[in-house]
Amino acid sequence: MSKLKLIIHREFIAKVRNKSFLIMTFLSPVLIVVMGALVVFLMKKNDEKVKEIVYVDASGLFTKENFKDSKTVKYQDYTALGLTETKKKVENGDFYGVLYIPKKDSLELLAKSIEFYSSDSPGMSLMGGLETRIETHLRNLKLTHFEIDLMQIKASEIASNIKMFNFSGEESSKLINGLKIAVGAIAGYLLMMFVMIYGTSVMRSVIEEKTSRIIEIIVSSVKPFQLMLGKIIGNASAGLLQFFIWGILLFVISIIASAVFGIDMVEMQASKIPQDQLNAAKEAVNPDKLQLILQEISRLPILKLFVLFIFYFLGGFFLYSSLFAAVGAAVDNETDTQQFMLPIMAPLVLGLYVGFATVMNDPHGPIATIFSILPFTSPIVMLMRVPFGVSWFELAISMALLIVTFVFMVWLAAKIYRVGILMYGKKPTYKDLYKWIKYKG
Amino acid sequence: MYGKYVFEKSNEKRMDNLLEIKNVVKTYGDFTALNNVSLTIPKGSVFGLLGPNGAGKTSLIRIINQITMQDAGDVYFDGKLLAPNDVEHIGYMPEERGLYKSMKVGEQALYLAQLKGLSKSEAKKRLKYWFDKFDISAWWDKKIEELSKGMAQKVQFIVTVMHKPKLLIFDEPFSGFDPINAQLIAKEILQLRDEGATIIFSTHRMESVEEMCDYIALIYQSNKILEGKLDDIKRAFRTNTFQVGVATSNPKEVEARLRQLYTVSPADFRIINEGLKLNITLKEGENPNDLLSFLTSQGQVQHFVELVPDANEIFMQAVNKNS
Repeated sequence: MSKLKLIIHREFIAKVRNKSFLIMTFLSPVLIVVMGALVVFLMKKNDEKVKEIVYVDASGLFTKENFKDSKTVKYQDYTALGLTETKKKVENGDFYGVLYIPKKDSLELLAKSIEFYSSDSPGMSLMGGLETRIETHLRNLKLTHFEIDLMQIKASEIASNIKMFNFSGEESSKLINGLKIAVGAIAGYLLMMFVMIYGTSVMRSVIEEKTSRIIEIIVSSVKPFQLMLGKIIGNASAGLLQFFIWGILLFVISIIASAVFGIDMVEMQASKIPQDQLNAAKEAVNPDKLQLILQEISRLPILKLFVLFIFYFLGGFFLYSSLFAAVGAAVDNETDTQQFMLPIMAPLVLGLYVGFATVMNDPHGPIATIFSILPFTSPIVMLMRVPFGVSWFELAISMALLIVTFVFMVWLAAKIYRVGILMYGKKPTYKDLYKWIKYKG
Repeated sequence: MYGKYVFEKSNEKRMDNLLEIKNVVKTYGDFTALNNVSLTIPKGSVFGLLGPNGAGKTSLIRIINQITMQDAGDVYFDGKLLAPNDVEHIGYMPEERGLYKSMKVGEQALYLAQLKGLSKSEAKKRLKYWFDKFDISAWWDKKIEELSKGMAQKVQFIVTVMHKPKLLIFDEPFSGFDPINAQLIAKEILQLRDEGATIIFSTHRMESVEEMCDYIALIYQSNKILEGKLDDIKRAFRTNTFQVGVATSNPKEVEARLRQLYTVSPADFRIINEGLKLNITLKEGENPNDLLSFLTSQGQVQHFVELVPDANEIFMQAVNKNS
């Protein structure tokens, strides 16, 4: 076995055998799913509680037709009792709240004067639902007033989904755009997490060798550069394994969890949308919507995405973890790392912010483009842009710059590393690091 | 100028030297760690690299181990320029001892042996030999952090020597070892020397290795100020001074007679009977036998020893002459 392989193997085994690695790997997906399921479960329980709302309609414009019961809200007409008495009943806790529709001269005035009384402040979705009902009815009333046939209006409604094309013939639509945003955001976020967790892990491993003083024995057998590279690759392999296990576990556990908690994923999504809108949506949507989504997914350039994901993932990790290794070599213990961590973390976090702020709205805008080419932010920002289709020209520049920077930074980090691992005592300054870089041999 | 105390080894050819260091210079920024240092280390010898802390010993050792590169000068290993693969023939125990704390002893030793170029099976075989020899086989699956310091030191020694290196370098060899382990290790080192290994001891505690060294070199403030066979150096630094103890009835008279003949100074040492104790320095060409016969004529001679300078004294003298 070559020495590099030996080092990679040792780093990998040391990492994987570590108790915290095992706990992180097997417990965190369980925790994530259990927490998520718990939230959904509680939300569902919450929604199942039916709210009883009474209305006092002094205007006489509304009928029972306008207040059909939904799954979570039941309506009763208490116009006969009057507002004052009904309010007392609500105060006693007989009902959740009372909706008061006063009598006004114009519909515009009426629309602004409707009141709602309840003991605790109602949620957004409840009020939204009520407003939608009232608005719809008042609009219909106005349309009738203008002698416009409601049936004609209904018949004239038409849904449009603009299909978007670019000149390389890739087709897109709003639906697939949402999908692209999700894929890009997940990839960018995963990369940042990966760099943070495993970059610091590389750093810790370097510090451990320094504090245990074995480093001098190791570098009398192998070149410091080999050791650094072995550490980075070993930790990256352990990290990839962990992500792989997480992926599988998350998939398996969510199936189990949904079975145990009885959560129907489709229903879960549906419960968030007010009933009326859902019904409307159901009517409007093509019956083979699922097929459409699958079609759209298959239209994403999966292979290209995968290859670029791996490229930027590894490129970004190597770039950053070599810096982490240099920081580890420069200091004697972890508490001294802070002053050097900030400049490493800053571009990473900036990349994520820029990604979320600009790529989502304008994936090919100037800011997104620039940051997807700059080497320190390119892994994250470019990963977010890739699903939207990036020209080969831009990709080539970005990748070439990343490779050049990555090689340069590994070389630079190795210089700091080589000197730093044998330096003890005084906490180095940036000036010291600069001096170390200039040392020969 | 430095270097006038270098004792020529004219009868030795390059092939008899395991290591030749020629005019090596190493600087760190403005600081010169090694200033034109040359050394010759014969095969099968025990070589003492002596000097105070910060003199440049560790810098030199790191160059031999190829941990750092010299700025100028050449290092020849076994007749050829030092090459990357030579690390497999060098065993190095640094001053700061250390092993992976949370790694099992056996795995760790195997890993380090493989890094030195041994195959896994060969490494296992050799480790078994050494673990049996030191009676620590039971510790194979323990972690270093579970071991006592003495046990860890034994493991440290084993990982230094297990690949049967031609050159063994011990930086401060006995610091941190308890006396029993130090003796055990010293015995094993001499055994390895007898089997053909060349040993370098680097230390600032010169008395700790003096007895074991065949050759020494003194490094002081980045310069080599002395190098050669220990016996030759001692001979060169001898002052013809003898420490004598005589039981006599009239010590004052004897001392006065001696003062007329030689340079005399009072001495302080321990003998069973009280008597006259003196350091007597002979002039060039004078025979110590004459002194001895004079003393025997004056009383009972209880003590007669030539004062040979130890490494510490040689070092002090060399430094004084050079500065």
